[in-house]
Amino acid sequence: MKLVVHMSDLTDLYQAVILDHNKRPRNRGKLPTATRVASGDNPTCGDNCTVYICMEGERIGKLGFDGSGCAISQASTSLMTTQLLGKTLEEAEGIFKEFREIVTTGKEPEEFSEVAAFAGVHAFPARIKCATLGWHAALEALKQPDQPVES
Amino acid sequence: MTHDFSNLRVDFPVLDQHVGGRPLVYLDNAATTQKPRSVIDALARYYERDNSNVHRGLHALSMRATDGYEAARVRMAKFINATDSAEVIFTRGTTESVNLIAESWGMANLKPGDVVLCTEMEHHSNLVPWQVITQRMGAILKFVPVLGDDAEGGLDMDALELLLTPEVKLFAFTHISNTLGTLNPVKELCAKARAVGAITVVDAAQSIGHEIVDVQDMDCDFLAFSGHKMAGPTGIGVLYGRRALLDAMPPWQSGGGMISIVEYAGSEWKPSPERFEAGTPNVADAIGLHAAMDYLDAIGRPAIAAHDYELAQIAREALGELPGIRILGPRAGEPRSGLVSFAFADVHAHDVVTFADEDGVALRGGHHCNQPLMKKLGLPSTTRASFYLYNTAADVDALVISLSKILKFFRA
Repeated sequence: MKLVVHMSDLTDLYQAVILDHNKRPRNRGKLPTATRVASGDNPTCGDNCTVYICMEGERIGKLGFDGSGCAISQASTSLMTTQLLGKTLEEAEGIFKEFREIVTTGKEPEEFSEVAAFAGVHAFPARIKCATLGWHAALEALKQPDQPVES
Repeated sequence: MTHDFSNLRVDFPVLDQHVGGRPLVYLDNAATTQKPRSVIDALARYYERDNSNVHRGLHALSMRATDGYEAARVRMAKFINATDSAEVIFTRGTTESVNLIAESWGMANLKPGDVVLCTEMEHHSNLVPWQVITQRMGAILKFVPVLGDDAEGGLDMDALELLLTPEVKLFAFTHISNTLGTLNPVKELCAKARAVGAITVVDAAQSIGHEIVDVQDMDCDFLAFSGHKMAGPTGIGVLYGRRALLDAMPPWQSGGGMISIVEYAGSEWKPSPERFEAGTPNVADAIGLHAAMDYLDAIGRPAIAAHDYELAQIAREALGELPGIRILGPRAGEPRSGLVSFAFADVHAHDVVTFADEDGVALRGGHHCNQPLMKKLGLPSTTRASFYLYNTAADVDALVISLSKILKFFRA
């Protein structure tokens, strides 16, 4: 059990990559042509996130998100959209598994990856659910059958 | 002469620690207050010397435990100025107290078409039980609106006049809003409810540890609060009820301790308070709560209220200088309880709390068990700083310095 939190942990948590994605989120906004949509929320925080996906065959053609939350949840969802673009469901599940490993253990992957920026989250167990909120919504959306586009 | 509040933190062992390399600045008192040494000692002394089951016991320890438990009840009756200690029922806390009224009084008295009135600023604990019981009984739940974009206008008293019809059977409202810091005019609200024949339920969770709460002066029918928000232990709280109402109410939970005669075919109930305290009661924490009342009264509750509420005013004023801050509840200089709740459009409450924790400043971020109000105000969450008797103006400074750093970091 960790009793003392050092500033280095906090700067690990709020790395430049995270601050950048928080300030300038990628793929933010509802996709009007989305055929798969799912939402997730953290009732205790009041955070929520909706992910919109357009499939191109077996692969993700486009994806977007909206909702509100802390810097960690916003940045991780933004980064998620950049990582999952063009991927199949199986590939997306693999990437999420890796991401979850990083945020829960702090173990960075051997190959360079932007998601490694989230390794600092593991020192703040209460924030792990913030980091995975958008990912859970995306995977839930991916597992759905295609729905007709809302008019 | 007012009490010296400059170094009360020495009475609270938990405050003698560093967080993030700095002395702990505990500003989460609306969630729970810390416990003075005298309360911790009372708990330890009970377990070390007197622990036994209460009532019916004829041996020395049982008599001591019973005496301690019942003395706490008598002390509590005096603390809230109840006319009779039988009007004090020990519960687990505010939530259980409200559930007891909703279940027992509500099941026996609510009919289809009856109205239960609440306010938009209620904590979930004084809202959800009323949703559940009105739905079950076919009654209607209505809410007194809160005025202002930042809820700065308090309860809409004009709307209240229209809402208080003869169909209203019960009016449940909070003394102090845990999210806004609003002080509601309890006496006036009770009088207005009484004029249409409605029963009143006052949630005193946020006031009991700070100011004088006098049930006869308020003229309320029920009052609910928790011990842990008044320097007492967790797991103990109180339901005050008027004797005549309690005597007419059916038991809520049943079993040992609440019966006078049991036969296989049926049983007879004891009067209040035993009727509502089935099972072995929380003896130790009642005794701890007794010590907490003594501690608070040795300082003086009017002095505590003046101290805590002034700190919130100082904080309200200082925080108002931070760029882009939105502060909820009463405007600067207007009456406010001992807390300030605020939000930044560009920095989420949880990021604020995580950063402040780094500076040893303990805050709360979230919806504060007040989801419908937050939704109405268009806020996913706020950050709340709440003050108690061991806080000082230096703690407000630590808060402001920490928040300034956070804003600089996120706005760089």
